[in-house]
Amino acid sequence: MSIPGGSSAHGAERFTSAFGRRVGGGTFGAVPVLLGLLAIWITFQILNPHFLSPRNLSNLSVDIVGTGMIAVGVIFVLLIGEIDLSVGSVSGLASALFAVLNVNFGMPEPPAIVLGALCGTAVGFVHGFFTAVVGVPAFVVTLAGLLGWYGLMLSIMGAYGTINLDDQGLVAQLTNYYFSDVAAAYALAALGTSGYFLIAWRDVKRRRAAGVPTRAPVWIAVRTGVLAVLAFAAAYVLNQFQGLPLALLIFLAVLVILDYVLRRTAYGRMIFALGGGVEAARRAGINVAWVRTSAFMMSSTMAAIGGLFLASRINSVSQTSVSTDLLMNAIAAAVIGGTSLFGGRGSTWSALLGVLVIQSIASGVALMDIQTAVQFMITGGVLLLAVVIDTLSRRAQRAHGRA
Amino acid sequence: MARPSAPPLLALSGVFKRFGAVQALTDVELEIHAGEVIALVGDNGAGKSTLVKVIAGVEPADTGTLEWQGRPIHIGRPHDAQHLGIATVYQDLALCDNLDVVGNLFLGREITRIGVLNEVEMERRTRDLLATLSIRIPDVHRPVASLSGGQRQTVAISRALLGAPSLVMLDEPTAALGIEQTAQVLDLVERLRERGLGVLLISHNLGDVKAVADWVAVLRLGRNNGFFDVTTTSQEQIVSSITGASDNAVTRRAAREGEL
Ligand SMILES: Nc1ncnc2c1ncn2[C@@H]1O[C@H](COP(=O)(O)OP(=O)(O)O)[C@@H](O)[C@H]1O
Ligand SMILES: [Mg+2]
Repeated sequence: MSIPGGSSAHGAERFTSAFGRRVGGGTFGAVPVLLGLLAIWITFQILNPHFLSPRNLSNLSVDIVGTGMIAVGVIFVLLIGEIDLSVGSVSGLASALFAVLNVNFGMPEPPAIVLGALCGTAVGFVHGFFTAVVGVPAFVVTLAGLLGWYGLMLSIMGAYGTINLDDQGLVAQLTNYYFSDVAAAYALAALGTSGYFLIAWRDVKRRRAAGVPTRAPVWIAVRTGVLAVLAFAAAYVLNQFQGLPLALLIFLAVLVILDYVLRRTAYGRMIFALGGGVEAARRAGINVAWVRTSAFMMSSTMAAIGGLFLASRINSVSQTSVSTDLLMNAIAAAVIGGTSLFGGRGSTWSALLGVLVIQSIASGVALMDIQTAVQFMITGGVLLLAVVIDTLSRRAQRAHGRA
Repeated sequence: MARPSAPPLLALSGVFKRFGAVQALTDVELEIHAGEVIALVGDNGAGKSTLVKVIAGVEPADTGTLEWQGRPIHIGRPHDAQHLGIATVYQDLALCDNLDVVGNLFLGREITRIGVLNEVEMERRTRDLLATLSIRIPDVHRPVASLSGGQRQTVAISRALLGAPSLVMLDEPTAALGIEQTAQVLDLVERLRERGLGVLLISHNLGDVKAVADWVAVLRLGRNNGFFDVTTTSQEQIVSSITGASDNAVTRRAAREGEL
């Protein structure tokens, strides 16, 4: 996000004006969810001192990946102002297809993985066609998908019951492999921090060259500093256990790449435009039907990939791989993380933050050995709170415009 | 005022447009020359916005002949009109609320390199354009949802002017504006004419029309109902042709056709 300001103004002043603009403009960004996450972590740590242990946090960082991948896809659909209720079933379908092809038909893993993911892409195309071309509301199309793809998965799995995956295989390694060398986690933290800094700095130089107001160097320094502290703290904690998990590395890479696609490419701009005004997008000559379809394809593909990570975590695929929790958690994660249900506002990073909140609650509840009923109630409350914040910030923005 | 003899920038004739049961346009014709401001007036529902959308390619005509600088053309989608150099400011503005000013100005024609946005260049051009038009927007990175009505209108107009068009259509650009902002928009319209652009201005305010337009085209119930030289026509004549109170040849013919 670019934060402009006069190039001669005082840094601190610009810092506060950027903050004022955020709040005045009605977007709170990641602040509420970060505060919420902090509160949840402190509460569970007080209730159970094992909560913030390296082992638990490391497991958490792997547990979030499957649902997180699905949530990233859901964000594309939420951004264009639609919904996808089928992601749970699609993730189950893809993992079932992979397992049957690989284990029962002896297909090597790489092509089976690719076919599993492409099966998601094809499903998304079907959803997109009925929504964008035929004009059926996405709610209904993907509800039909929820049922239909679940049925297809059952019929694929029917003959086999539970399929155990090769525990030395590629998919198993997705969530089993750790870079145990301590240098790996620190190198990633250093790479992320310096990468952020260099990109921000290059932006400043280009803006100065073009004579356009630039964000304050102080602001960049502050953000780089915060990022460095978080990244190195996370690396330190992960190294106290087994090192950097491969799954986390892949998840972060996906988040960075898709964030770039959404914020910096013409395609991403079209996705946001659809969420901000379909009619405006259409009149600007954007191929609305195609962009819509592509968002559903993105969603289903990410659901399929998430399904492979979930299968990897338990090293097997069974008819019970699809649970309604999965769908709810993926959508709730996107919304809790700060992506608007009203379309047009959000970021891939909300998948990370939202799924961290949800898995933290699940993990805290599990550690304390209390009933999962409590987990549902807490998660439900947090989701409601997130939607309230979303609604209020939208209203604040409109009121600001009218004033 | 005599009309130039060069072929008009845009000429339409025999334009029909139907929405389900509503015949929005019936056998409409219009000519717009470069360096002219044509005011398009008419009662609510007369078909003014529909005519604009036909020319803009948003709602292509059912039938009709369009000529651009003397050449017959077909406008079937917004790109066709944009490509010719026709820019449109819609009555409902058609902005993306969540995008900032730069994002809205360049929507659908972003400056990119291999698909990657060149945001610095887009922002530089935005600031240049706003400066040339003497438009003041406090912050080009604010989502337009949080701008005032007048600011949103200027964003929409700037967006239309960005591609250096030769014909600009403005659908009721001053309807939601205060006196000061209206004056600014009308000044802007005059500057466009001075630069040799053709302007089609829809307005309900005959005062505005008399102030800036050269010609007034009247639509009534989706049909042409008069074409007047602003300097030689009284406001009463225009009003009566809008309301249909005038007993002129055009309305009589229309009435007779209705009976058949
Ligand atoms: N998309 C549409 N669908 C159905 N009817 C429409 C549509 N657009 C305009 N109309 C109808 O066409 C007629 C002309 O509308 P419009 O061009 O908006 O009038 P004006 O701009 O002169 O007030 C009206 O009767 C209106 O209801
Ligand atoms: Mg209108």
